Amino acid sequence: MTSLKAYIVTRALLVIPTVLILLTLVFFILRILPGDPIASMVGQKVPPEVLEKLREEAGLNKPLIVQYFDYLYNILHGNFGRSMIWGKRPVTAEIMDRFPATLELTIFGFVISVILGIITGSVAAFRRGSKIDASMRIYSILAYSLFIPWFGMVLQMIFGVYLKILPIGGRISPGTEPERITSLYVVDSLLTLNTSALSSALMHLFLPALTLGIVLSGAYTRLVRNNLIDVLSQDYITAYRSRGVKDRKIAIHAMKNAFIPVITLMGLQFAILLAGAVLTETTFSWPGMGTFLLERIQYRDYNSVQGAIVFYALFVALISLIVDVIYALIDPRIRY
Amino acid sequence: MIVKNLATRIFKPIIPEAEGRNMVIAGLAIVSIILFMAIFADIIAPYNPTKFSGKPLSPPSPSNLMGTDNLGRDVFSRVIHGSRVVLMVVFSASAVSMAIGVPIGLISGYFGGKLDRAISMIMDSMYAFPSLILAIAIAAVLGPSVFNAVIAISVVYVPTYFRMTRGQTLSLKSRLFVEAARASGAGNLRIMRKYIFPNLVTTVIVVFSLSIADAILTEAGLSFLGFIVSAPTPDWGFDLSSGRPYLPSGYWWMITFPGAMVMILALGFALIGEGLSELYAPGRER
Repeated sequence: MTSLKAYIVTRALLVIPTVLILLTLVFFILRILPGDPIASMVGQKVPPEVLEKLREEAGLNKPLIVQYFDYLYNILHGNFGRSMIWGKRPVTAEIMDRFPATLELTIFGFVISVILGIITGSVAAFRRGSKIDASMRIYSILAYSLFIPWFGMVLQMIFGVYLKILPIGGRISPGTEPERITSLYVVDSLLTLNTSALSSALMHLFLPALTLGIVLSGAYTRLVRNNLIDVLSQDYITAYRSRGVKDRKIAIHAMKNAFIPVITLMGLQFAILLAGAVLTETTFSWPGMGTFLLERIQYRDYNSVQGAIVFYALFVALISLIVDVIYALIDPRIRY
Repeated sequence: MIVKNLATRIFKPIIPEAEGRNMVIAGLAIVSIILFMAIFADIIAPYNPTKFSGKPLSPPSPSNLMGTDNLGRDVFSRVIHGSRVVLMVVFSASAVSMAIGVPIGLISGYFGGKLDRAISMIMDSMYAFPSLILAIAIAAVLGPSVFNAVIAISVVYVPTYFRMTRGQTLSLKSRLFVEAARASGAGNLRIMRKYIFPNLVTTVIVVFSLSIADAILTEAGLSFLGFIVSAPTPDWGFDLSSGRPYLPSGYWWMITFPGAMVMILALGFALIGEGLSELYAPGRER
C-alpha cells in the first residue's frame, strides 16, 4: 500500500510541470505568436485609442516577461481577470456558469461511447473472423470518420424535424429548470425528484450525447476487440475451458482483464471528447464551455478567451491525473 | 462497381497481396476521385459555385443535382469546388507537421538525455491538449484565413509525428545493425540518415494517412466555426454551417451533401492508413 501511496504522490507532483508547460503554451499562443490578439480579434476598423484601452484592460502593454509572471500568479490565485463585455463579471464566475453544461454533455457522451465500444468490441472478438467481426471493423472506422456537426444535424433532421419527437437545441425547456444544487440538470432533478425537469433535461441531452458517444465509440471498439482476443488466447483461459467452465463465465473473466488498457484510452479520449464537445455544443446550441469560448472570440473578450483556454488546460491535466490514479488502483503492476 | 473494378486494376499491381489490401484500394479509390474532382472542378461543375443558378432553396432535380442553397447557388457545384480548400489546407499542414515533427523526434530519440526529456514533455502536453481547441486558439489569435488555418493545423499535428518518430528511433538505435554501423566508424549524422531514417519511412506513411484523416475533420471543424473561409468561397465545413439555419424548415440538401463529403474524404484516408498499418505490421493491428 505504501508503494501505491508513493505512486499517487509522485504522479500528483508530476502534474505541476505538465500544468506549467500547458500554461506556457497557452501564453505563447495568445501573447507571443505574431499578430496582435486584440487587433485581430477586434478587426481593422477600430481607432487606435480604443485598441490601446483594450490592450491595457488585458494587461498587454507591459513587458512580456512581466506579463508572463502576472499571468501565472493570477491563475495560481484562481483569478482569471474580468470579462471585458457587459457586466464585466469575473471570468471564473462566467466559466462556472457554463462548465456544468459541458460536464454533463461529456459525461453522458463518454458513458455512451464506452458502452457502445464494449458491446461492439466484444461481439467482434467473440465472433472473430466472421462477417460480424468485419462489420464491427467497418463500424469503428466509419464512426471515427463521422464529422460531428454533420452527424448531429442528420440526427436533428430525423428525430427533430421529421419525427418531431426530440428537441433540436438547448439544454432544457425554458421554465422547467430544476433547483440548482450541482448545476448538472439531470442530477439536480433527480435530487429534487423533479420529474418534469428530468424528462426535459434527458430529452435535450439525448441527441447531443448520442452524437458524441457514437463518434467516439469507434476507438473503443478496436481496443476492446484486440485486447479481448489477446486475453482469450492466454493459457488461463484455455485452462478454464479445459475444466469445462461455461462460456459466459469465461467471457466475464476475460472482459475484466481486457478492460484495464481501455482505461488508458479513456484519458486520451477525454481530450478528444472535449474537442468534440465544442462542435456538438455549436450544433445543438448547448450553453457550455465550447459555445462560451467561440462566443467570446466573436465578442473579442480577450480575458474570457484566455480564461476558457487555461481552464481547458487545467481540466485536461486533472483528468489525466485521475485516469492514472484509477489505473494504479486497478492494476497492481503499476507502481514506482 | 465500375469504380471498384477500375480502382482494383489500377492499384492492385503496386500493393502487396496481404490482409488490409482491400482497405487500401478502397481508400485510394475514394481519395483519387476527390482529388480528380478538385483538380478538374472547373470542368466538372455544371455551374459557377458562387453565382445564382436556380430558384433559391429548390430541392435536388435534374438541373440542380443536389438542389440549390438559400442564395440560389448550385449545391453540387459548391460541393465539387469545396474539395479544393480542404485538400490544400490538409496536405500543406500535414507536410509542415511532418517536416518539423519527424526530424525533432529523430534527433531527440537518438541522442536522448535531458533535452530529449524536456522536448518529450512539451510534446506530450501539446498532445494531451484537445486538438481542435488548440487549433481554435491559434486561429483566433492569427485571424481567420486559409494560410493561418494551415499554421494552426500544422502546429496541432507536430506532436503526433514527434511521438511516433521518437518511439521508433528509440527501439531502432539499440538494434544490431546500428551497433555494427557505429563499430565500423559511422558518425551520428550518418547513422541517423542511412540506418535509422529509412526504417522510419513506412511508419511515417501510415501515420501520415491516419493523421490526414484526423486533420480533415479538424479543418472541417475550424471551417464550420468560421475560422477559415468567408462567403462566398465554397468549403464543405463552411457550407454546412451556412445550411444550418435552414435545417428546422426541412431543407435537408444544403447540409447533407457537403457534410457527407467531409466524412467520405476522412474515411478514404482512414482506410488507407488502417490498411497500410495492417500490410506493414501483420498481426499487430493498433
